[in-house]
Amino acid sequence: MNSFTALDAVLLIPALAAGVLALIPGYRVSAAVNVLASLATLLASASLFLVRPADGLYLRVDDLSVVFIVLSAFVGFTTSVFSASYIAHEVEIGRLTPTRLRFYHAMYQVLMFAMNLALISGNIGLMWVAIELATLTTVLMVAIYRSHEALEAAWKYFILGSVGIALALFGTILVYVAARPVVGEGMAGMVWTTLVAKAGAFDPALLNLAFVFLMLGYGTKVGLVPLHAWLPDAHAEGPTPISAVLSGLLLNVALYAVLRFKMLLAANPRAVAPGPLMITMGLVSVIFAGFMLYRRRDIKRMFAYSSIEHMGIIVFAFGMGGPLANFAGLLHMTMHSLTKSAIFFSVGHIAQVKGSQKIADIRGLTVTHPVLGWTLVAGVFAISGLPPFGIFTSEFLVVSSTFARQPLLALPLVFGLIVALGALLMKVQGLAFGEPSPGSAPAKASYLPMFGHLALVLAAGVFFPPLITVWFQHVARLLG
Amino acid sequence: MSGLQFDIAHLLAGGLVLISLLMLYQDRLTALINVFAAQAITLSLSVAWQAFIQHAPHLYITAAIALVFKAMVIPIALHQIIKRLGVHREIDQVVGVGPTMLAGVGLVALSLAVMLRVTEASDRLGREDLAFALSVVLLGLLMMVTRRNAVGLVIGFMSLENGLVLAATGAKGMPLVVEISVAFSVLIAFIVIGIFLFRIRERFETVDVTALDRFRGERQ
Repeated sequence: MNSFTALDAVLLIPALAAGVLALIPGYRVSAAVNVLASLATLLASASLFLVRPADGLYLRVDDLSVVFIVLSAFVGFTTSVFSASYIAHEVEIGRLTPTRLRFYHAMYQVLMFAMNLALISGNIGLMWVAIELATLTTVLMVAIYRSHEALEAAWKYFILGSVGIALALFGTILVYVAARPVVGEGMAGMVWTTLVAKAGAFDPALLNLAFVFLMLGYGTKVGLVPLHAWLPDAHAEGPTPISAVLSGLLLNVALYAVLRFKMLLAANPRAVAPGPLMITMGLVSVIFAGFMLYRRRDIKRMFAYSSIEHMGIIVFAFGMGGPLANFAGLLHMTMHSLTKSAIFFSVGHIAQVKGSQKIADIRGLTVTHPVLGWTLVAGVFAISGLPPFGIFTSEFLVVSSTFARQPLLALPLVFGLIVALGALLMKVQGLAFGEPSPGSAPAKASYLPMFGHLALVLAAGVFFPPLITVWFQHVARLLG
Repeated sequence: MSGLQFDIAHLLAGGLVLISLLMLYQDRLTALINVFAAQAITLSLSVAWQAFIQHAPHLYITAAIALVFKAMVIPIALHQIIKRLGVHREIDQVVGVGPTMLAGVGLVALSLAVMLRVTEASDRLGREDLAFALSVVLLGLLMMVTRRNAVGLVIGFMSLENGLVLAATGAKGMPLVVEISVAFSVLIAFIVIGIFLFRIRERFETVDVTALDRFRGERQ
């Protein structure tokens, strides 16, 4: 009980690193420390596959959370590598002062800490506190450039995000109220394992009401339409590493919370099925975001809308439920995190060499910056669901499993996917080909993170390791 | 639970809802801040009373936070801010008083209808508290929708949060209430006292949120 476990490590490493990074003045050193700390967190979280610490009142890890936490730690690590080269450029052009940089690195680790805490908390109250901390951290990160746009984005994100977590807290309280007559007063009424084990006896009406609040609350953080308004601004105006972390990780953490509560409702046969609500919000998000993609003029904003679309697909898949759709949802979530962060890595460097995020200012990338340009093309191909990338596999699974059970639901989904595909391919043509726009200075980019991510996505599309398949199938069955 | 204990708890919780309705039609920021302070005092009394009748001493901490932080520090800071920004005489209301009040009354009725129906199994005080708490939350949301001014928006959010604290303390024996109220206070402190209002004033020359919309990245 008192021995030090990997669970403590994934919390302590980022927390300590945040403290250390707040003190280090030089950005080269702090970027290196940031990378090292993220790597250590990754190793610690990977060890959770092998050694599973015992459940506590506050912390616990099961097969579902391991998937999320390893993915989170992995993208957190690669983003820290990307961040090192990105930040160097921002310091050179004077967009970030040393003080803000120190703040940035410390906040990066605080964010990692908060997300890890949310993922391994075995307690709905603690999970809420962790997600609140993650929101607060990202608000501060989005505002770091202090420009008009950044402040507006951060303000909007703060207001909508706070309302979201406030509603989620109300839902959390309702879950406790529903649990109290069965479980008894005190901490037991907030512990996952107890809640799920005894959910069958809870008052179904209260659980239903609680889920509506939780879905609205955490759904705001997932970025589901119509609660998405903060997401494009926050992605566009913050530093690009934060856009990558937001899209690749923070949305997943909120999704994880939704999934947990879905499992809770599924354990009570008299409660309403959460599926239809999730399916509806998912479909609306896919179709809305698909159309919004056509009108984007800002490259980061465009990929933020693409994130809304993909979160819609994932929520749709989990809403369908069943082993196959859940498997597809998990796979899609993994693939989306990897691909979207790879895209943001390349977009970050592209915006730096071109000195602009406007789509109109970026043309002919494959001519001036072949590596960046082709990486972006590959990333966009992957994210729009074209073979041979992994997203094709997962989207295919989502669609085919839907066709098998609810053919009518598959039609709007496929429609949304095609709309989004058209928009992305249209936009990437202008970005990557044609007469190059000014700004041909060579990029001092770190290509390793984006290549690594895209290689993984490609590998998953061509050959999916059976070990991971078995693991995902197992988790998909857990999700019910 | 004796009748008197219930009555006092009920009175205080109902008082929170009434003050929320009062806040809806305050069109001057100074008055709005004062009414918010009154709500925070009521909240702290309500929480302290819950701590007393539930024999839950940790709730006194939450009551103290409400009293010191929300009823004193925040209102004083907000008064300073609006004075410095020169908006303390400004009238701030997007929708008229009549429709807002009607909507507010409707929301209270809605939350009573919903909450009392789904909590039939719970104890009397718990369900009333939840129904009142939901009313305060919804009224807070309504206030956020009808205010244009950043200060009004923040006060709307804080009154929403008062409703959450009421719900959390009304749920008997709920753990982590203190931690949650601290987490919320940190959130509010960061925003109110700290960066945002000053920066927004500094950068945008106004705390009117509609002015922010001019800088939408989508428009050229």
